[in-house]
Amino acid sequence: MLEVVALYAERTPHAVSGGAIDASVMEAMTRVPRHAFVPEALRDKAYADRPLPIGYGQTISQPFIVALMTHLLEAEADDVMLEIGTGSGYQAAVLGELVRKVCTIEIVPGLAERASGRLQALDYANVETRVGDGYDGWEDCGPFDGIVITAAASHVPPPLVRQLKPGGRMVIPVGDPFTTQQLTLVVKRPDGGVTTRQLLPVRFVPFTRRPS
Amino acid sequence: MTRLLAIAVLSAAILGYEVLLVRLLAIVQWHHFAAMVISIALLGFGASGTAVYLLQDWAKPRFAAVFAGCALAFASTAVVCFALAQALPFNPLALLWEARQLVYLLALYPLFLLPFLFGATAIALAFVSLETAVGRVYGANLLGSGAGALGILGALTLLPPDACLWVIAGLGAAAAGLTGLAERTARARRLGLGMLAVVVALPLSAPTSWPGLRVSEYKGLSKTLDIPDVEILAEGSSPLSFVTLVQSPSVPFRHAPGLSLAAVGGPPPQLGLFTDGGGFSAVTDPSGGPDSLAYLGDMTSALPYSLLERPRVLLLGAGGGDGVLQALRHGAAEVDAVELDAVLAALVRGAERRFSAPIYDRPAVRLHIAEARAFVARQRQRWDLIQIPLLDSFGAALAGGQSLAESHTYTLEAFEDYLGHLSPGGLLAVTRWLKLPPRDSLKLFATALTALERSAIAVPPRSLAMIRGWNTTTLLVKNGALTPDEIAAIRDFAARRWFDLVYLPGMDAAEANRWTLLEAPLFHDAARALAGPERADFIAGYKFDIAPASDDRPYFSDFFTWRALPDLLQLVGQGGAGLLEWGYPLLLATLLQAVLLGGLLILLPLCLKRSAFPRDAESLRVAGYFLALGLAFLFVEIAFIQRFVLFLGHPLTALAVVLAGFLVFAGLGSAFAERLAGALPRRLRAVDLAVAAIAATALCYLWLLPLLFDRLIAAPDAVKIGLSLLLIAPLAVFMGMPFPLGLARVRAARPRLVPWAWGVNGCASVVSALLAKMLAVHLGFAIVVAIAIGLYAVAALALRRSFAGETVPG
Repeated sequence: MLEVVALYAERTPHAVSGGAIDASVMEAMTRVPRHAFVPEALRDKAYADRPLPIGYGQTISQPFIVALMTHLLEAEADDVMLEIGTGSGYQAAVLGELVRKVCTIEIVPGLAERASGRLQALDYANVETRVGDGYDGWEDCGPFDGIVITAAASHVPPPLVRQLKPGGRMVIPVGDPFTTQQLTLVVKRPDGGVTTRQLLPVRFVPFTRRPS
Repeated sequence: MTRLLAIAVLSAAILGYEVLLVRLLAIVQWHHFAAMVISIALLGFGASGTAVYLLQDWAKPRFAAVFAGCALAFASTAVVCFALAQALPFNPLALLWEARQLVYLLALYPLFLLPFLFGATAIALAFVSLETAVGRVYGANLLGSGAGALGILGALTLLPPDACLWVIAGLGAAAAGLTGLAERTARARRLGLGMLAVVVALPLSAPTSWPGLRVSEYKGLSKTLDIPDVEILAEGSSPLSFVTLVQSPSVPFRHAPGLSLAAVGGPPPQLGLFTDGGGFSAVTDPSGGPDSLAYLGDMTSALPYSLLERPRVLLLGAGGGDGVLQALRHGAAEVDAVELDAVLAALVRGAERRFSAPIYDRPAVRLHIAEARAFVARQRQRWDLIQIPLLDSFGAALAGGQSLAESHTYTLEAFEDYLGHLSPGGLLAVTRWLKLPPRDSLKLFATALTALERSAIAVPPRSLAMIRGWNTTTLLVKNGALTPDEIAAIRDFAARRWFDLVYLPGMDAAEANRWTLLEAPLFHDAARALAGPERADFIAGYKFDIAPASDDRPYFSDFFTWRALPDLLQLVGQGGAGLLEWGYPLLLATLLQAVLLGGLLILLPLCLKRSAFPRDAESLRVAGYFLALGLAFLFVEIAFIQRFVLFLGHPLTALAVVLAGFLVFAGLGSAFAERLAGALPRRLRAVDLAVAAIAATALCYLWLLPLLFDRLIAAPDAVKIGLSLLLIAPLAVFMGMPFPLGLARVRAARPRLVPWAWGVNGCASVVSALLAKMLAVHLGFAIVVAIAIGLYAVAALALRRSFAGETVPG
């Protein structure tokens, strides 16, 4: 799985600075047993580089996309992260390997319950799960060094921008459950201003020649 | 006569089922796969020809029993096969990842083919068995189909879509009952009466909850229903859509596409509207005070309001009503809101009554139910702002699956129309979801530039501005040049909300790509290239199709180009599957499937009954004749439905009037065809006459219709519908003649080939619907009509040479 992730990262230098996913992210992904986060019947496909259904119309993302999103967050050991859309809990577990605390909110009780059980069973004591509305963020848990919004959103909720620390980073994947089409990286500058970067998870040049 | 009625009723049921399946599959899955599955299912017509050819010796003497049996089998499989199809765990989104999804897709084909096979077998058998003139049988078939087209549109308006399945089943059973009544034996009549009694009792006895609609778990509505406390407040159904109004008190909807990251607050809690279980729009409660609606000023779509004071606004696409609220919040003096979907509009009005300040009850707001472009075309007034908001949901826009749906809203002629309805200095504003790599925003930009050039604006690029947020773009087109003050206001609007400038007259390249950073300023570079002298080269070299769409080729959302395909396919595994524009490749795949399977069905009788099948030039000519007719009839019909959409003002009206018109008048033509042939002098062939009349009328209409429509667009609806039928009548009457005339000749000379000829025609019809779209994408609908005329000529030639040495009529 990680060989494929590394290969794709090499081919996507515009999204992955230096053409390689941060070594700490790759190590974290090695430590997280991905098969524990997919339904029993699909365990043989757990380490294939593809999204898998987890019920309730949700998927566990393709490993390359998880790696890319985690890389973009530039996680550090003392960070506190927020995830909107726990899903299987896999992304939270990967982040849990890298940072001090992860707070994750899931809207569907059935998914939240399963993810919470898995994370507890795997001893991710630094990952806290909650069922409910992610729009208002998690004031008591923040402010956050990084936020991942995996639930589809027509806009970035202003409360989440407020709960992002200056210098913090937010990643928003866009697309249907089986295809992440683009990633938006939101960076809060030290002065409170916000810039975003729009990334395709693939390298594709639409011009056959550069415009003059 | 009763037998002809049975044929007509069964034909109505078959056509009704075809239309209904499109709706049902669009609700439970996605539109693009609906077309793929149904086109193959319709090959049941081709298969019926083969079946009757092979079984005719056995079936002919038992006509009534076999016809009734097939009609009953159609009735039951129409319901049961849909229920079985819903039980398959088919997920088209996973097609690129899982081979078994392809297996599920292939399993859907025979499931849906069965009802059409049974229904069409009954009709084919009637051609072989009944002593009645072929023209009268075909006439009953066409008249019934016409009634079915109108009937299913009516049923879908009155009943939930899944309940319509029982209507179809009831019609099938009624056709079986009528066949029994037409028999001489008392037993058959009793059976027939019994069957009709069952049909009458069906509304009381049919289960209301089965088969039901099992919407894909990946669609928005299904996901929403997994959230606690969610409640469906209302549902509405029409032939256009199935709309669900939902309330989610614990996790309220908050929909504000393109909201600035600088916005202090988001929208207040909203109600959600799902179209076909997917497409989402929101209904906002406006009674929370001005602060609760501040977010409406922080979206890219609010840009035009920074340049206008108390504008008269035309909103093309009212949706949940946020565009109207936005206009009112920015001081609009009047708002004309146009909505295509009457059911959606009714649900929005119903939802609003829960609020204390419903927007559609305000005197400054008028709601119109119409197709956007057609509404504009028939208005004489002008507006200060024509606003086209986001018309499709984010998911639909990104998936590209509906890329081959015809739309007259974004064509070059549409933009000319909009510019012609702007007051001096007025603005056209178009907002789209942001797609990467850029494509639809660039196609819009190119369309606007070309429209401005055609409308004699002095320096078109000076009339344009475009901005982008993190997920939307808004294009502004001014009826005149943007002034320095306006340019400054646009800069200010964008800077305050951290939106990027894509294009602005006199803009420096360094101003682009400052807030939402791309690897390179792709949007600005492309817009600049389009505004410069190298536009044609740039469009030709771009990897997506960004050339403006036209009314003749109304495929704005089709961006597919062959040159991008190898690159895109390479990227599928890396997460690039979403970049594939699905519409065109799916159409091509469907067409190839139809050609291969149709060809197989046509050749099957040759293989299975080698000795009995006459393998000579006559058989080849028969195949050529019915192939050409099958292709040509639908080419003309489809092209003319497109032509009439703008004139009749609504796609449903156009579909109902044109489709029913064509089928009913062709049915009449068919009924009189043999009488006409008998009345003509021997050297004048009725087919040649009919084909000459079709060619002359169709060519004349290509020139005449635009002129007529332009002058009469503002006439009352009843006049336009009457005129449309009057125009369709002569063309359709002649189009109804070649098939029965040809079939009568085959029946006289080679009676065993009759069902085969029917099958060939059925296969050709399936291929025709797909091929017409493919040709229209590349060449436009005018050329499709021209090709149809050529095919009619080929058919006439084939028939002229057929059975030359034999004494046959026609």
